[in-house]
Amino acid sequence: MSKVAGSPAGLEEARAESTAPSARPMSRWVRRPRLRQDASEALSAYLFLTPWLIGMVFITIGPILGSLYLSFTSYSAGGGTPEWIGLDNFRRMFTDDPRYLASVKVTLLYVGASVPALLAFALILAMVLNTGVRGLPIYRALFYVPSLLGGSVAIAVLWRQVFGGEGLLNNVLAWFGIEGPSYIATPQWAPWTLVVLNVWTFGAPMIIFLAGLRQIPSELYDAASVDGAGRVRKFLHITLPQLSPVMLFNAIITMIGAFQAFTGAYVISNGTGGPVDSTLFYTLYLYQSGFSYYNFGYASAMAWVLLVAIALLTALMFLSSRRWVFYGDER
Amino acid sequence: MTLLSRLPGTAVPSREPSRGGRALTKEQRRFRKLLIHALLCAALVIMLYPLLWMLGASFRPSARTFTAVGLWPGDDFTTENYTEGWRALGFVTFTNFFANSFLVAGLAIVGNLVSCSLAAYAFARLRFPGRRILFALMLGTLMLPYHVLIIPQYVLFSEFGWVNTFLPLVVPKFLATDAFYVFLMVQFLRTLPRELTESAKIDGAGHLRIFLQIIMPLALPALGTTAIFTFIHTWNDFLTPLIYLNTPDKYTVPLGLRLFLDPTGESAYGALFAMSILSLGPVIGFFIAFQRTLVHGIATTGLK
Repeated sequence: MSKVAGSPAGLEEARAESTAPSARPMSRWVRRPRLRQDASEALSAYLFLTPWLIGMVFITIGPILGSLYLSFTSYSAGGGTPEWIGLDNFRRMFTDDPRYLASVKVTLLYVGASVPALLAFALILAMVLNTGVRGLPIYRALFYVPSLLGGSVAIAVLWRQVFGGEGLLNNVLAWFGIEGPSYIATPQWAPWTLVVLNVWTFGAPMIIFLAGLRQIPSELYDAASVDGAGRVRKFLHITLPQLSPVMLFNAIITMIGAFQAFTGAYVISNGTGGPVDSTLFYTLYLYQSGFSYYNFGYASAMAWVLLVAIALLTALMFLSSRRWVFYGDER
Repeated sequence: MTLLSRLPGTAVPSREPSRGGRALTKEQRRFRKLLIHALLCAALVIMLYPLLWMLGASFRPSARTFTAVGLWPGDDFTTENYTEGWRALGFVTFTNFFANSFLVAGLAIVGNLVSCSLAAYAFARLRFPGRRILFALMLGTLMLPYHVLIIPQYVLFSEFGWVNTFLPLVVPKFLATDAFYVFLMVQFLRTLPRELTESAKIDGAGHLRIFLQIIMPLALPALGTTAIFTFIHTWNDFLTPLIYLNTPDKYTVPLGLRLFLDPTGESAYGALFAMSILSLGPVIGFFIAFQRTLVHGIATTGLK
């Protein structure tokens, strides 16, 4: 990165040079080639960046600002121009829309329950696999398969059947004389089927943990063994601190992903978020507001609240990480 | 950034695993190994059983789908779910859905490969004013929730008359909007030594030539990772097609599957399972073919 710092100044010089051509002919003669090269490099760089820049302006930043503006308006799809209504959308969200509050509740439950469980499974499995198990690549690959498929409609369809009234789970439970309900049709169970779906996809963070575990210097464990440290102490005082940067990374990625879960809730509830809004994920309600009720203003306001919430939580995790994340090279 | 750059790669020598420290007899050690394998296999069976069960159920007559717990349909074996499911609506079949999905995924791959590698080359190997700010901007969009963009993007794309076309699914890929892949390639290109391109520069090669003839061939691993993940994400993507595609002839495979859900007729489950299995096929195929690259990609970048 440090190399970059010089280049803006370099271009300034180049510009100054070209506006005052005859001021110092000698030095110009000597310096010009390098400067011209700098300028041409900058030109090339911007040519290379052109698609990205267009995308950044029109597909990313433009829409971000656009939805910020729309969030203060009442605007329907195909319905004329946005009408400025100030903070009304936000007021309605928090004081006058029980479905919105229900969606927040379900989403927080989903994120709060599935993310820690998912990370715990990922860590445990990674540690077991790191004990020098034979066939590691095969295990690793098979545990990863759910991560690969978890977001697909096909798996959500499967979930619908497995947790249905006559589904696989109840058929298995029947062997033990237990007669279960239809989990996807019972409000208190339905969100938990989606929590299970998310936890099922622990393979990707597991692989990241595994890579992290392999980087912990074995001398640390050897030294601890010499000092008579047991398994638990080694885990608490070596593994966890050494792994904490990876933990932070996994936690943030998984949390952001969980907030955006959509397909499972949509398929399991047929797009309604039912029963009784128990699977009405935030993103699902956002989708409904925008594309079922065509309330673009309200949906944009919801999107911005989500953005701010995710940003705040991420910032909070980063801030708190100063207390619990350990970087080996910081003395 | 510090966090990301600290992420471990897989290309490190694996250390000898630590084992509690206490000396174990040979017998004990063997028993423990067996126990670990048993536990791992049990966990795998529980996790993957539903998948295998769906595969079996897709070959059962619809009436038997629900009562059976076992995997193999045995005498009930039938492929009727597949023929029935493939027909879908009659005037549009899964031939259309698969063709659409492959078209969209293929174009998305090309788009991401071209646009992300161009941007990454500039960020990683060229000096230009504003580089720091633009790079920070790119990092800033790495974790942006897609939902903040969908409404204005929809307004924009419908202004262009792009609703019910593949353009909203494909054009953004040609504009490097998947920042993750730009980042992935920047990280990769930074590891290539500068001297590689110095001599070419002295010989007067332009940046485009250096990019195409020197950098791209060396960047094949990063390009491969990008292609594979782009395929999987695009193939599984449900929300974007759901928003933009509204006539069945344009549907991608996930939307085709949704068709079976709407009537909620339980009799459609057999066909639904059969088509679900087929929809997972390409992803699993890609996974088996490129397993190494995938695992390495996840371990180094945190992509899922």
